[in-house]
Amino acid sequence: MPEREVKLTIGPQHPMLKEPESFLLTLRGEKITDMTVRLGYNHRGIEKACEGRTYIQDMYLVERVCGICSHSHSTCFIQAVEEIAGLQVPKRGLYIRTLISELERIHSHLLWLGVAGHEIGFDTLLMYTWRDRELVMDILALLTGNRVNYGMNTIGGVRRDITAEQIPQILSTIDTLEERTKYYVQVGTQEITLRERLSGVGKLSKEDAIHLGAVGPTARASGVNRDVRHDDPYAVYGELSFNVITDDHSDVYGRTLVRLGELMEAYKLVRQILKQMPEGPIVVKAPRKIPAGQAISRYEAPRGEDVHYVKANGSDKPERVKVRAPTLANVQVVAHMLKDGYLADTPIVIAAIDPCFSCTDRAIATTNIDNGRTDRMDWPTLRTYGIDWYSKQGIDFAELNRKLRTMRESN
Amino acid sequence: MTEALFNIFVFPGFLFVAAFGLTAEYIDRKLYALMQNRVGPPWFQPLADFIKLSAKEDVVPQNADTLVFKMMPIIAMTSILTAFLYMPMWGSKALFAFKGDLVVVIYLLTVPTLTYFLGGWYSRSIYSMIGAARSLTQLFAYEIPLFLSILAPAMLADTWSLSEMSVYFNTHPWAILCNLLGFVIAIIALLGKLEKVPFDIPEAETEIVAGAFTEYSGRLLAIFRLAIDMELVVGASLLAAVFLPFGLNYGPAAGFALYIVKVLFVIGLISLARTIVARLRIDQMINFCWKVIAPLAFLQFIADLIIKGATR
Repeated sequence: MPEREVKLTIGPQHPMLKEPESFLLTLRGEKITDMTVRLGYNHRGIEKACEGRTYIQDMYLVERVCGICSHSHSTCFIQAVEEIAGLQVPKRGLYIRTLISELERIHSHLLWLGVAGHEIGFDTLLMYTWRDRELVMDILALLTGNRVNYGMNTIGGVRRDITAEQIPQILSTIDTLEERTKYYVQVGTQEITLRERLSGVGKLSKEDAIHLGAVGPTARASGVNRDVRHDDPYAVYGELSFNVITDDHSDVYGRTLVRLGELMEAYKLVRQILKQMPEGPIVVKAPRKIPAGQAISRYEAPRGEDVHYVKANGSDKPERVKVRAPTLANVQVVAHMLKDGYLADTPIVIAAIDPCFSCTDRAIATTNIDNGRTDRMDWPTLRTYGIDWYSKQGIDFAELNRKLRTMRESN
Repeated sequence: MTEALFNIFVFPGFLFVAAFGLTAEYIDRKLYALMQNRVGPPWFQPLADFIKLSAKEDVVPQNADTLVFKMMPIIAMTSILTAFLYMPMWGSKALFAFKGDLVVVIYLLTVPTLTYFLGGWYSRSIYSMIGAARSLTQLFAYEIPLFLSILAPAMLADTWSLSEMSVYFNTHPWAILCNLLGFVIAIIALLGKLEKVPFDIPEAETEIVAGAFTEYSGRLLAIFRLAIDMELVVGASLLAAVFLPFGLNYGPAAGFALYIVKVLFVIGLISLARTIVARLRIDQMINFCWKVIAPLAFLQFIADLIIKGATR
């Protein structure tokens, strides 16, 4: 490799990425000296679309923010709406919600394990974990009718009850998955090439994790003990006992161990939920119009803390919905983790935050193509800049303004 | 004249190696799939891929050096085919054999890697250039262990000819067992030569798309892929001839069947190796080759020297 600097663009279309996103790497040999992330290829205007639809319609729209953690987003949104409306969701409804969210965590973490394997060229791991992921997908389909986008939530509770016949099926699947996960823990800790590729890659110290605002398994693998389920319990997490998995490796290997540990915890949680689930109604009747008010809801999605803000104005449509997907909090961390790393580690470091770019793309960042600056302009500066730019093109606004004024005066 | 043409184009030349190469690719992919708990492709998949690619348009990048870009797949294939003519298949004697053909075969097997480098480098695409540079970096890491591990049995047999080596090992069957370490080393080095996991660094899909082959399409890519399949067969044949030279005295038919079995065994080992490990990083690969594999190859060499001294 020549020792001069090379610019390598990864994305928006690249086999590494499952969704369009652009990473501009500056390379010296195989080493990365600089990196820029450009978001915004997947902006779908979901927040704006929410304002034009009723709460019930929004619920299904918000569920489609993410294809993997769909239940996370819909639950997070509904918690905010229920808080504004002052609804008391029945216990059984909350238990079912929590059950689905833990099953979703299992399916998301198994998916991540496979993707991580693929990114480091270990396709066997991908094939094995995705085969096992089918088991939990089948259970989700059994309970909700769908493999993804479950449509289980409704304002005031859940839409489907769990029958007594379904419980043994869930438990036996969980037993199988626990066995398989134990095997993956073995593979992860003993396979030499896997450890070689994951250890010491994408270092993120505890201080940096806190400073850059990392969330979820990314933060927990740097020793930050932060989990919404534990710190600010929602649904029925306050009644369940579980450990927050942290790790001190502070690298991709640590993130793998955290996710494997969370899988084991999730199996425990599912068993607890099924054991403790009370009898009773699953839903309360919700008003069509939500009273004016606002609420913020937090939710520990598989990828980290998900935040939804809802502002209601008394009608049947929200005035404002804001979604902060966990990837947005983690994507800044990626640039930090990649610095002085190897090109070969780029895929796994990016994959290690379990990115979900289409969930993230909400804000639009602007870059000045002349000088590469990304800072924002205030209104007067933008106005002068615009006037200058047009006068360079030969369009003089002073002249146009004068003409406009004379036209108005003559009228 | 007709016989020479038959040898070059049909058996054991182009048609045979192409068919065997495609079969080898199928067996490799099928084994890989079965070990990964998948169904795998049908038997004609490699051939179907080849036909489909051949029917597609060749796109030569605007900045690429057209001549080099178009020549490289053909050079890769011809050098591999030439190397195959020196492989003993139905007995201890190859179609062409002379004193020193082992060196020629090793040399001819280095040429394809150089063509990947040149083809990638002259594509003038950033992914291809990084892939090309990686191919060449990797070449320097695995060639020495491969040479040393093949040199050891050659030195034991006191010849530079593949055919004479087979004769020697057939009369001294115990000597095959002396080179087991060398066989393992050669398999690992062959993984590097064939650019397969864990050494598929030059064409790491998730990093640099397809490495040196990123810009290749249509017929040119089809030829390159066929050349890689053939390289798999020739590499496996070389290892079979050097490290598994037994059972060559039962006539041509049995010898040929045994040769196929040996080659498939080597291909099976390669599939197994690429199933159970992850891709290494280029620096890890070079460290591994120089610090672990090369010293072990030296060890094998010295061991063979001692054995030779002791038995003389």
